[in-house]
Amino acid sequence: MSSSGSTTPARQLRCCGASGCRSAGSEELQAALEAARDAAGHTAQELAIKPVGCLRLCGRGPLVACDGPGGTTLYGAVPPTEAGALIEAARNDDHGSGDNGNDILQASRLDAQLPFFALQSSVVLEGCGQVDPESIDDAIAFGTYSQLRRCLHELTPEEVREQVKLSGLRGRGGGGYPTGLKWDTVALQPPGPRYVVCNADEGDPGAFMDRSVLESDPHRLLEGLAIAAYAVGADRGYVYVRAEYPLAVERLRKALQQARRAGLLGNGIDGTSFALTIEVRVGAGAYVCGEETALLQSIQGQRGMPRPRPPYPAQSGLWGAPTLINNVETIAAVPVILREGGDWYAAMGTAGSKGTKVFALSGAVTNTGLVEVPMGTTLRSVVEVIGGGVPDGTPIKAVQTGGPSGGCIPAELLDTPVDYESLMELGSMMGSGGMVVMGETTSMPEVARHFMRFSVNESCGKCVPCRAGTVQLAQLLDRFVERRASPADMAKLDALCRMVKATSLCGLGQSAPNPVLSTLRYFRHEYEAACRQPALCEQP
Amino acid sequence: MSVITLSVNGKEVAIPEGASLLEATRAAGVEIPLLCHLDGLEPVGACRLCLVEVEGSNRLMPACTTAASEGMAIHTHTHQLLDYRRMAVELFFAEGNHVCAFCVANGNCELQNVAVQVGMDHSRFPYQYPQRVVDASHPLFAIDHNRCILCTRCVRVCDEIEGAHVWDVGSRGSHCHIVAGLDQPWGEVEACTNCGKCVDVCPTGAIFHKEDTTAEKLRHSDRPALLKAARDEHVWRNQ
Repeated sequence: MSSSGSTTPARQLRCCGASGCRSAGSEELQAALEAARDAAGHTAQELAIKPVGCLRLCGRGPLVACDGPGGTTLYGAVPPTEAGALIEAARNDDHGSGDNGNDILQASRLDAQLPFFALQSSVVLEGCGQVDPESIDDAIAFGTYSQLRRCLHELTPEEVREQVKLSGLRGRGGGGYPTGLKWDTVALQPPGPRYVVCNADEGDPGAFMDRSVLESDPHRLLEGLAIAAYAVGADRGYVYVRAEYPLAVERLRKALQQARRAGLLGNGIDGTSFALTIEVRVGAGAYVCGEETALLQSIQGQRGMPRPRPPYPAQSGLWGAPTLINNVETIAAVPVILREGGDWYAAMGTAGSKGTKVFALSGAVTNTGLVEVPMGTTLRSVVEVIGGGVPDGTPIKAVQTGGPSGGCIPAELLDTPVDYESLMELGSMMGSGGMVVMGETTSMPEVARHFMRFSVNESCGKCVPCRAGTVQLAQLLDRFVERRASPADMAKLDALCRMVKATSLCGLGQSAPNPVLSTLRYFRHEYEAACRQPALCEQP
Repeated sequence: MSVITLSVNGKEVAIPEGASLLEATRAAGVEIPLLCHLDGLEPVGACRLCLVEVEGSNRLMPACTTAASEGMAIHTHTHQLLDYRRMAVELFFAEGNHVCAFCVANGNCELQNVAVQVGMDHSRFPYQYPQRVVDASHPLFAIDHNRCILCTRCVRVCDEIEGAHVWDVGSRGSHCHIVAGLDQPWGEVEACTNCGKCVDVCPTGAIFHKEDTTAEKLRHSDRPALLKAARDEHVWRNQ
């Protein structure tokens, strides 16, 4: 490890080592930078090279941030062959300010004043890209675990819950249930065992917020989960991570081991009587296990199938005991809320949706990556200003939010503020935070079919509307995509969507028709045009 | 025992506290179609036929798994519910291979009865004709997956009443199927006690006695409830 965290060197290079940048070759780049530094005769004290987590602009990876006396400069898509030049630039604090004719780093240098960076507010992601995700010392130097210590020594569980209630934080997994209320419900159950569970089974296509937190700042998550356990009186916790996130699983396990060794997990945490054991449970590839009741079944070693609620997990969860289950982003927001106070958090956002939300921006957009903005920011500023719009400059056609559970929001509604209620009104949903931008050439019936096929594959098969209804819906959509639909198909599509939505057992089935319903609502003409006799489909 | 009152389609009924909405509908003399539910087995709320409207809630609730509470007002036969039920039955018929004419359960089949009950005379959704198999490896019984509607009554009766847990569900979505043992031929599953309870509870002709041919399967779906009462309350039929 290059950093012990005790003294920050005057100059350092922070190399992103999260999945996106790794796939773009960040490991090779970091090795090349280390070799170039050694070759140039600089020591680690003069110029530290530190592996960190997500630096946000995933589409331009591998990303390197150069910290020096003159501030921070960010480089993207740096080929390993330019490692020497980058070391020199960092050593001499020369980041292209002078008129250097042979500035080979010119193309890689990113403008820090880009709206992509300037308009973000880091709360959940404040440690991402700053701390070394594999070093607890670095995390502690950054302030992680200080709020856990403060809670254990200075605050009662009631006071902790009071701050969370005050913050107005709502579940970031998509449901938007008030977090403080959920904590209270668990805490106020009759005495007995309790569990806390972190839902890290992020499975929506186009969503990678939780992965970034897990890969970039795992100790923050553990701190948040420990605070939650203290607040509700639990002594056992689980983090349920999908198996498709191997790096997240690896870093989380490492973080758990370090935290146990440091006495921040286990018995008698930080000299108090508070005890907490946390285990990592790895999924087995089922999207439906992100649904809370299916997730709990899976943790218990059973087939991951949802069950009807009520009873909610807060009353009867793991092994019948009251269980608090929160998403990664929700839990990662908790330490900051306690540090800055619930009021501070509640001052951000809108009346009904407080704080910030992390979005994973992808699709036909110039700046692909991770975006954290206050709730209530308009969709337009997220996708056009921060995201930079469609790369070839053509207009945006629609933005898909909420993955297979959400819907497509047309360009004319981009001025909608992003909050739970507004998105719901548009027939979409916040979902976990995936945002896929679509350009003019995208066919909406095809988009709807894509998501419906996803739901067909991921249906657990327990209830008939989802098991058989999604299959029929996907086949109906085939007829539209292949332009052989009839007016009767339109009516059938509409009726079946409503039935599946109203009668399915869990959230997966209930929201599976949303991509169809929202595209039918805003892009009906595309479905009509796909009928063999379009004139017959038009509504009177 | 404390009693709660609620209304079913406008009619007031009194039922014991802790009872389900299904018991409330029964107390009101209202019949709603059921496929996965069977008295005596844990309810799972999977077939969605017993969904009812609860005033003040925008979600439909399965009567079998929802606990009744004081002052609730539920509706069981609204236009919308009738419509959804019929569609659900159509989906059941379209997803399997249900050919009544030469089925062991013809004339004595709960799927057939439910179709009549909801007025389903044809399916507007195309039949899927899935490739499914018949397992006749057991000496006494056989399972024809073509006729299976995945109600999981066999799974539950074997686990909860017989305690053998021979059955479970394998795969997912439209590929779901009932598996014997560790997805073995039924005849090779040593845990099977040959008790035949799965045959008794199967609502269709999916699990049947080998000796039965077309329209010869008898239904004994009351057995789990009798056994459960015998065990839990020590109430026997000959008492």
